[in-house]
Amino acid sequence: MTTVNLPSTLGAEATADSGFLGSVGAWLTTTDHKRIGRLFIGTAALWLLAFVGVGVLLGFERIDSKTLTFNEGMMTQLFAASKTLASFGVMIPLMLGLALAIAPTQVGSRSVMFARNAMMGFFLWAIGGSLVVGSLIANGGPGGGNAHMVDLYLLGLALVIVGLLASAVSVVATVLSARTAGTDLADIPSFSWSALIGSSSLVLTLPVALGTLIYLAVDHHYTRIAFDGNMGIIKWLGWSMFQPQTFLYIIPAIGILAELAPVVARRTQPLRGGVFIGVGLISVALLGSVTQNVHGFAWTGTLADKAKSFVPYALFNLLPILGVVVVLGLALLALKSDSIKMIAPFVPAFLGGGMILTAMLGNAVQLISSANLSGTVFEEAVLVYISYGTVLVAWAAIAFWGPTLWGRMLPAKAVVGIGALGFVATVFAALPMYIAGFADQKADSIKDFDYSGPAKLWNTVSAAGHALFAVCVIAAIVVAVKSFATGERVAGNPWIDGGAQ
Amino acid sequence: MTTAVDRVLPAGPTTAARHPLFIATGSVVAAGTMLMFGMLAMWFKFRDASPLRAGNSGKMIHDWLPADLKIPEVATNTLAITMVIAAIMGQWAVYSATRKDSQHTTLALFITGLVGIAAINAQVAIYKQMEAVLADGAYQTMFYAITGTMLVLICAGVGFSFVAAFRVLGGRVADRAVVTAHALFWYFLTAAFIALWFVVYVQK
Repeated sequence: MTTVNLPSTLGAEATADSGFLGSVGAWLTTTDHKRIGRLFIGTAALWLLAFVGVGVLLGFERIDSKTLTFNEGMMTQLFAASKTLASFGVMIPLMLGLALAIAPTQVGSRSVMFARNAMMGFFLWAIGGSLVVGSLIANGGPGGGNAHMVDLYLLGLALVIVGLLASAVSVVATVLSARTAGTDLADIPSFSWSALIGSSSLVLTLPVALGTLIYLAVDHHYTRIAFDGNMGIIKWLGWSMFQPQTFLYIIPAIGILAELAPVVARRTQPLRGGVFIGVGLISVALLGSVTQNVHGFAWTGTLADKAKSFVPYALFNLLPILGVVVVLGLALLALKSDSIKMIAPFVPAFLGGGMILTAMLGNAVQLISSANLSGTVFEEAVLVYISYGTVLVAWAAIAFWGPTLWGRMLPAKAVVGIGALGFVATVFAALPMYIAGFADQKADSIKDFDYSGPAKLWNTVSAAGHALFAVCVIAAIVVAVKSFATGERVAGNPWIDGGAQ
Repeated sequence: MTTAVDRVLPAGPTTAARHPLFIATGSVVAAGTMLMFGMLAMWFKFRDASPLRAGNSGKMIHDWLPADLKIPEVATNTLAITMVIAAIMGQWAVYSATRKDSQHTTLALFITGLVGIAAINAQVAIYKQMEAVLADGAYQTMFYAITGTMLVLICAGVGFSFVAAFRVLGGRVADRAVVTAHALFWYFLTAAFIALWFVVYVQK
């Protein structure tokens, strides 16, 4: 859908003669929704580098399970850093940043509602994220040996959650209240709908994580009786970094895919309401995640026992998959057109969407008790699939809306090349871990996982995949910075107008 | 020279947002509800996991509230009533604002804030009367965590009341959105506290 480029009516923007300090000041005090969104995306790119870097370190450490390059105690921190960064440093802020930057333009609003609140959200998130990373480096976080740093980790994570919540409220208020007169919710673009559903899901689930964090922080600081001290953090809070909760974080990614398919097909989306229902179905996962329990499926006992186990399993884990399948299916239906004109951003979006679906299917398999995959690297691979898949879709979105946000375009070859390479890297990083999971390789462990299969091969391929993904991320950042800073200026959005393929 | 910015679609007419503050407050209320009920759910989990012991009436009860701790029921019940009064005052402000009655709107908002302060005072009195030491055990830790969180939310409500009151005092009587959002927030605070009161102070 065509976006309307509305000048922001809020806040002073930097001008050409405002100087470096003036520019920095204008960015730090901005109320322009596009800038706030770009700040989220840019900072999330830095956390993404850290996340992928941790993945590379853990991957290479696992190649030889007999010798350790790093201190074993550090590994707990690295695994915790990986999980924390995946959800709170990469997936949520990338999607929220895109929502803040794009959703207002799509619904016809001049700005995001409560722009200062959204900006405060960015600051809280960025400061909290820095505290989290700093505390993990200084032996804090889950399993950390420095009690003060563990407290700092909990404080940082609380700030992160409050910041993300504040920005999510702004997105919800914008889509619900600032639409162009006469525009119903049913008329808004798929991405805005997914931003609304995704942000609402954050508003409903992150406070539960915040409540748990408050308990953990008070307990850890004063007594360490009720919640097992530093070792209880992942036990009590882990649900907010695992499936099905992560399904909620990627809802806007599915919206991006649904947004791009009709652009490629050069036609209106058939059964548009179905796309909205599909996106909504994914949010059913929130009912499962806030219970803070794993809803697995056990094929044991009487028929009533099986049904009792199957209903919550299907409701919280299979229904979200149905939602993604519906959206993907309708996207393919839209592509059944004679007027298809492929655009570069669709490639990483489609591949990323496929990775997300692979993660969701993997999660469904992992939760079947007879598969014996719980506690293995299989569940780590699910997180890799979903987080790297989300990054691929975000790359597609940055390329697609680049002209709207920066007035410049990314080169099509780079978009497709990095996207395809990222896809290969994701498969290399995660698929061997799916296989190793079936061989009972323990999760969150870097040693003592000798099994009959070629353990070294799986771990080497996985490490190479992480390294390749790191290369893709660096390449993407370099290309984006170069193109958006000095690339050719474009009018409108050539991806939509047909000026680019 | 025509720049790229000039060639993009021209801006449409300014769209008047429909009830943004009420919607945003509704989102905050939804978040607050999930926060408090999530914490209450954890409370239930720990209480149910505690061992059983014989109570005063001989019935088996969960050994959750330490035997040496007594809930000051007069203070807790007074606090619950205070919260209900605050919500009624919030609704009175909406009623007055609808009739553009600035005096009663201001009065109602200030009374809401003062009743909120009374609620904070009552909560502090409960802490003093209970004399629970935070580091003594799981119950005490969770008690202070959940009631402390509620206290922070009430403080936010008091702040909201005074900001709304001064806005009306400053002449923005026609700006009903703030008063309505304020009432919604106090309804949430009251509902959340009543739930907490029943679980923590009545059921124990």
